[in-house]
Amino acid sequence: MATAEVSPASTGSKQTLKVKRFKPSESPKNTYLTDEKGLWAWMTTVDHKKIGLMYLGSVTFFFLVGGILALLLRTELLTPAQTFIEADTYNQFFTLHGAIMVFFVLVPSIPAALGNFVLPMQLGAKDVAFPRLNLASLYIYMIGAIFTFIALANNGLDTGWTFYTPYSTESSSSVIWVTLGVFILGFSSILTGTNFIATIHKLRAPGITWGKLPLNIWALYATSIIQVLATPVLAITVLLLTMERFLGIGIFDPALGGDPVLFQHFFWFYSHPAVYIMIVPGFGIISEVITTFSKKHIFGYWAIALSSLAIAFIGFLVWGHHMFTSGQSAVATTVFSFLTFLVGIPTGIKILNWVATLYKGSIEMKTPMIYVFIFLFLFSIGGFTGIMLGALSADIHLHDTYYVVAHFHYVMMGGTLIALLAGLHYWWPKITGRMYNEFQGKIGSALIFIGFNMTFLPQFIMGSQGMPRRYYNYIDQFTIFHQTSTLGSYVLGIGFLLIAYYLAKSLINGEKAGSNPWGSRGLEWQSTSPPDLHNFDHTPVVINGPYDYHKPMEEFQLGLANEKDHH
Amino acid sequence: MANHSTSHPTHVHHHFVDSDQQFDTAKLGMWVFLVNEILFFGGLFCAYIVYRAWYPELFQMAALELNTFWGAVNTVVLIGSSLTVAMAIRSAQKNQMKGLKINLLITIALALVFMVIKGFEYAHKFEYGIFPGEFYTYDGIDHPQAHIFFSIYYMLTGVHALHVIIGIGLIYWIYRRAKRGEFSSEYYTPVEITGLYWHLVDLIWIFLFPLLYLIE
Repeated sequence: MATAEVSPASTGSKQTLKVKRFKPSESPKNTYLTDEKGLWAWMTTVDHKKIGLMYLGSVTFFFLVGGILALLLRTELLTPAQTFIEADTYNQFFTLHGAIMVFFVLVPSIPAALGNFVLPMQLGAKDVAFPRLNLASLYIYMIGAIFTFIALANNGLDTGWTFYTPYSTESSSSVIWVTLGVFILGFSSILTGTNFIATIHKLRAPGITWGKLPLNIWALYATSIIQVLATPVLAITVLLLTMERFLGIGIFDPALGGDPVLFQHFFWFYSHPAVYIMIVPGFGIISEVITTFSKKHIFGYWAIALSSLAIAFIGFLVWGHHMFTSGQSAVATTVFSFLTFLVGIPTGIKILNWVATLYKGSIEMKTPMIYVFIFLFLFSIGGFTGIMLGALSADIHLHDTYYVVAHFHYVMMGGTLIALLAGLHYWWPKITGRMYNEFQGKIGSALIFIGFNMTFLPQFIMGSQGMPRRYYNYIDQFTIFHQTSTLGSYVLGIGFLLIAYYLAKSLINGEKAGSNPWGSRGLEWQSTSPPDLHNFDHTPVVINGPYDYHKPMEEFQLGLANEKDHH
Repeated sequence: MANHSTSHPTHVHHHFVDSDQQFDTAKLGMWVFLVNEILFFGGLFCAYIVYRAWYPELFQMAALELNTFWGAVNTVVLIGSSLTVAMAIRSAQKNQMKGLKINLLITIALALVFMVIKGFEYAHKFEYGIFPGEFYTYDGIDHPQAHIFFSIYYMLTGVHALHVIIGIGLIYWIYRRAKRGEFSSEYYTPVEITGLYWHLVDLIWIFLFPLLYLIE
């Protein structure tokens, strides 16, 4: 038919391939959902799409658990004194809300659920590099979850999700079960990261050079690097904490000559980069969605791609800003403050490039795009308040207040979770082959936006006025803020219920989506919806960049003409 | 695993184009995993640096309690096992299946020797009451924080020993597969990447030995 000059990932040298157009079928007969059926087939599958879906289900379940805990916490805070639960229960609830949301929801949410589904498709690969490790990571995640539930059944956990020593070595709650759970969970994260790095390096379809990688892949690549480099440090930290409780090794115990601040250093050496494990994949989704619904090439491709790597790198150098009030030396504190400002630069570069992408685009306000705008708004607030917290004098006043709570909810929920919703709505037709109700989608996004700001804006105000975080009681002057916040959390809850409702409904009687309902140039959209078990029924060949909206669609649907050699 | 291709050799999984791609991918994956291992031990090395900076005289006194002779023997044993694992890979590349199996067995034997010597060292210390942390009862070191050194010693050598045990299991598994005739000069990926892992286990000991035993 035609020829294309490309460099395959495996050799790197230019070669000419015979290609032809493969137009995806609009009503596929065989998809990954119909090819292997039954519970056992799902549980033993090595298909990255099914594993991604099982992750999505698990993450949704934990989000429900963590979300219910949040609503209970907010309900308790309706009145200044006790409303309906004991103080000890309250401590356990906020600890579990944090631990579940961070370790079981935010860390795996985008990479392991949506990333798993989309990454090989965007690379034109049949699967991730190590499909069996991918399945193993899911089961490791489950085992970690079981450990955490054992802790729940035995005394719970009341240390806060950060397990600070010396309290965590003394607390009578089940610290060991949770730390072991987190240790095990870490392996799941490491395996996902290792898998993604190897897949991106070695399994790209012919023609996909580093400059033609979708920005979602760049973001997942940066995320995987952080996962591989940071997670083992958390593993050794929680192992040392476990040993501290088992054997009293004393490394973090001042009574035995150890240093509790060292624990904070170790913990945040993982946990600060970990916030980038949570947010950087979200950046990837925003880049994909904003170009698709602006019908326009991304502004500053390399700036966005490399700023992901810059964030991954600088993110390793800022952990000390969690310890401004922990007795860290003044020199270290100053340096960490400066480095914290520095990490704002690549993030700012991304925001400006996204906004510039909109310029003169033909913007289509579909649900995923609305979430992108919500993201830009909320994440910018989260980011700027983060810079304020990185300023030394301001942090002394704001440390451990609701201001910090509001800041990281704006980043983690307003950033990561909103990006996840954008990605979920964007890829839902690809994953399920069905369209959700667009009108209900818009109502849902409005509820989320209103509910979110109602919940967390008042927290900035009361935090700046001195309301400490994690307190069970509060003085009367904060009542109005707490009550507004609680009402907002109910609105949020209703919003999530509505989303769950119309997404579930779309599975039953949603309109057929067709292969590419948004007219995207992304490779994952050039397959059927839902995709074939091996993603494509041909070997895709890529000659254009993923955002070349000025080029005709048929140039994005090429594959090797001589199929027998390669499939 | 669905393998619907007829042109693929049996050892190439369905999602790879060819044997070379599979080999390169597996090797890259193992290297990435080894970086993660270094960071894992890095946390412990960091704890070592912090406490050595705080209590330099303690580290000198406590290192005298460790048996340098047996530590040196163990270093030689582990370096020897790294050599034999490298020879095993070389045998596989040259399609010498007998050499592969023998070298794997020698590697396992050397790893077991390492563990036995390590076990004797531990037992000897337990006799004196040199336990980690709050169980420490030895009074031969005149320093109030003596237990801290041994907490770090037991964590470092214990986590390393765990890696040796996992390595023995892996090499034994490779040996079983070699015996079943699964490997050849065409396909020896698992031998190669297990060898990489074993070299790292060796390398970490090479750092542990001077850091713990040879302080003056």
